[in-house]
Amino acid sequence: MPTHDVVIVGSGLAGMRAALEVCQGASVAIVSKVHPVRSHSGAAQGGIAAALGNMPPERTAKIQARIENGAVLPDEELNEDSILLHWFDICKGGDYLVDQDAAQMTAENAPTLIYQYERWGAAFSRLPNGKIAQRPFGGHQAPRACYAADRTGHALLHCLWEQVMKRSDQVTVYSEWIVLDLIIRDNICRGLVVWDLNTGRLETVHTKAVIFATGGYGRAFSITTNAFANTGDGIAIAYRNGVPLMDMEFVQFHPTGLYRLGILLSEGARGEGAYLINGEGERFMHRYAPTLLEKGPRDIVARAEMMEIMEGRGGGPKKDYIYLDLRHLPAELVRTRLPQISDLVTKFVGIDWSKELIPIQPAAHYSMGGIPTTLQGEVILDAQETLVKGLYAAGECSCVSVHGANRLGVNSLLEATVTGWAAGRAALAHSQQAELAPLPADATASAEAEVKGILENEGTESVADLRKTLQEAMTEKCGVFRDADHLKQCLETVKDLQHRFHNVHIRDKGQVFNTALQEAIELGHMLDFAETIVEGALARQESRGAHARLEYFDLKTAAGVRDDENWLKHTLAYRDGDGVRLDYKPVRIFKFKPIARKY
Amino acid sequence: MADIRFQVHRFNPETDEKPYYQEYQFTPLEGSTVLDCLNYIKWHLDDTLAYRMSCRSAICGSCAMRVNGHAKLVCQTQVKNVVRPDGTVRIDPVGNMPVLKDLIADMHGFWTKMQAVKPYLMPTQPPPSANQEYLQLPEAFRLFEEEATCIMCGACVSDCTSLESDKQFLGPAALAKAYRFSADTRDGRRHERLEELIERGGMWDCVRCNECVQTCPKTVAPMEAILKLRQMALKERLTDSIGARHVTVFTDIVGRRGILDERELPVRSLGFNPVKLLGMAPVALQSVLKGKIRPLEPPHKVKGVEDVQRIHREMEDGS
Repeated sequence: MPTHDVVIVGSGLAGMRAALEVCQGASVAIVSKVHPVRSHSGAAQGGIAAALGNMPPERTAKIQARIENGAVLPDEELNEDSILLHWFDICKGGDYLVDQDAAQMTAENAPTLIYQYERWGAAFSRLPNGKIAQRPFGGHQAPRACYAADRTGHALLHCLWEQVMKRSDQVTVYSEWIVLDLIIRDNICRGLVVWDLNTGRLETVHTKAVIFATGGYGRAFSITTNAFANTGDGIAIAYRNGVPLMDMEFVQFHPTGLYRLGILLSEGARGEGAYLINGEGERFMHRYAPTLLEKGPRDIVARAEMMEIMEGRGGGPKKDYIYLDLRHLPAELVRTRLPQISDLVTKFVGIDWSKELIPIQPAAHYSMGGIPTTLQGEVILDAQETLVKGLYAAGECSCVSVHGANRLGVNSLLEATVTGWAAGRAALAHSQQAELAPLPADATASAEAEVKGILENEGTESVADLRKTLQEAMTEKCGVFRDADHLKQCLETVKDLQHRFHNVHIRDKGQVFNTALQEAIELGHMLDFAETIVEGALARQESRGAHARLEYFDLKTAAGVRDDENWLKHTLAYRDGDGVRLDYKPVRIFKFKPIARKY
Repeated sequence: MADIRFQVHRFNPETDEKPYYQEYQFTPLEGSTVLDCLNYIKWHLDDTLAYRMSCRSAICGSCAMRVNGHAKLVCQTQVKNVVRPDGTVRIDPVGNMPVLKDLIADMHGFWTKMQAVKPYLMPTQPPPSANQEYLQLPEAFRLFEEEATCIMCGACVSDCTSLESDKQFLGPAALAKAYRFSADTRDGRRHERLEELIERGGMWDCVRCNECVQTCPKTVAPMEAILKLRQMALKERLTDSIGARHVTVFTDIVGRRGILDERELPVRSLGFNPVKLLGMAPVALQSVLKGKIRPLEPPHKVKGVEDVQRIHREMEDGS
């Protein structure tokens, strides 16, 4: 039986960053369903935020606007980027559902952790003076996105993998191992049950601490930028083990997914000056974010696109998409700063960006919600912050909550890094004083039943059909705009699918690389947590950040009705029998007073 | 789009003694990639088919496979561009690696070789002060920018002709990675790295067939990186290897006589090593029989050797 002081599940930025902390003083293993460099962090394009202040101060004329927007900033902070300004931008961007201590920790640690990447060899683009290049990004009031062309995630993921290879005697990597269950008894996490995709064997992994860094859940939607791997496995497993899920209704829709395919076209394109154009050939963002226009935050831009489409101003025969326009950008700029997206556009839709408009639509992109944790990544069980001893979460699967109701671009790589680092340190400290807790006799029972239940099922339902029905319902009825009727229908669909899943059939009964079984297990995960997204959305009677309820939204002014009096609180969704029980938890607000969110 | 017959490599180690091709026939939707087609097979025709895929946007490197014999990322390959005149598309796992199941290759050897080149930054200068980065000018960054886009998909290794005949060769991906760090101004161990890479299996064992440059789905151009490694090694006077001697002797002979003398080249490249020279005997004999080497002809210069020497000098000055 593999035994390690700390076991990390997931090998993206959060997982590997955590491993590099833990390996300094304890034995550590990474378990991942894909090889580490295949992790979805590598797909992040635009950059990673940190108030390095490498770019000369820009737009000083905006200082006044910042004050009017409610930033309580001393004058000296206004001339250039600062940690305080970054902190403020996160809180405002998240529509004040941000725990302000989490945002503070993120902004404060950003510079050091980015310099650390650079010392490890990360291939950042550079300014003429040799410093790390930075560029503007939606909702950030200073150019603070450090970037490596438009493949920043790739550069950082490979940088961490290099460092893990350098420490291959200290970090064990189990690739293509799929986690099925957590072993938690008496509120103490004792290990994991994993399924080795290579051999089909079930393994029990004994450990003092588990860090979940399993990523997001975009694959529950039909139009998504996410990889096939992003099925929210860790989130579902925590939920099944009694951990509540926090703020699951807040799903970010990226404004520029390729039409129908969802493939991500970086916000960096708009950061570098690309336009959004409706079916009538008009730049329309002035109606929705008069100051920032195309550089507005993602939730606002995604809604603006949907409103253009809803009002019949979409492009194409069905008028159901919007255009991204790069035609006016200099070829040299696109070549050096946006090479990947110009390549994607050519290869996937056969479009010449210099001459043609690119059809795009909002695509499920990022999960603000997830497993609730403390600032140290410790998983909490309730509004009183009762801890599960030895269980940690970091990165997109966690909810600390730094992004609140909406994440700003280039803060995800940062959050994965900061929370991975923090959880790694905390798990290391825990493992140095804790003993291995004994494993119960029935440790693998529930995982065995799950696998057997699928392999031996002679039912009639197909995984692909059930999954497609789920994804379409989620995109159509729980998407950019929501309302009670559609959410109720969506909930019915999810419940029905959960029922039909008991009757699922796969033909592959083999042991080696049974990817049919893998897809069935992943579908089971998605069906479980999808219910918490819909229930959370149905209950939340307001519009805030990425959650826009048509009943609480003025289409004429494009303004959501935020209800701070009743809804400035985090949702906690517990599994309760066959359903979901909702509870709420206060938001930690001590620095920036919630004000109206305008850009 | 018309019906396409997909001939897919199948092998299940639990039940099959040897691999075989299974044919699936259907009409893909307009704009389908080869990955879309594999997914159609898996989700609607046969869920036992196993392959790797994840991001479907050409950045995770999971889905390198051979399409009609050449490695590609299937997620970014439009199927209409690879249908053969007889309406078929053949899909195999990547080459030069053992097969685990169907289209899934064992990449263990790939990672072992990657690990062997010390694929990480090894700075020797003191780190910059607390709140600063190492300064690196944009032109210095550009020296390795393209090589740093490697996604480690293994496509180049799959189609590498040197590896096909020499399992010891580190291969294009690992050597391109080695170049990426050797060219990084922040790295302090270039010389040590190069010293190891001039050994057997290293930079001199590439036969420059250019397959890896053709097949790389990104902009790495591994062979170009290998050639740059060789230039670095020569500049650092790491000339004590057969490959380095081959290049220097080659240049020397052509510089003097304007023509290559195949009698002199192997003797001076290999050094006076009787065992190795004896090993060359069959090749030498073949060359004599084919008339490539004329053993009885006295060494001579070509007509117009001055022009060759002038070109030679200009190139030397230029480099």
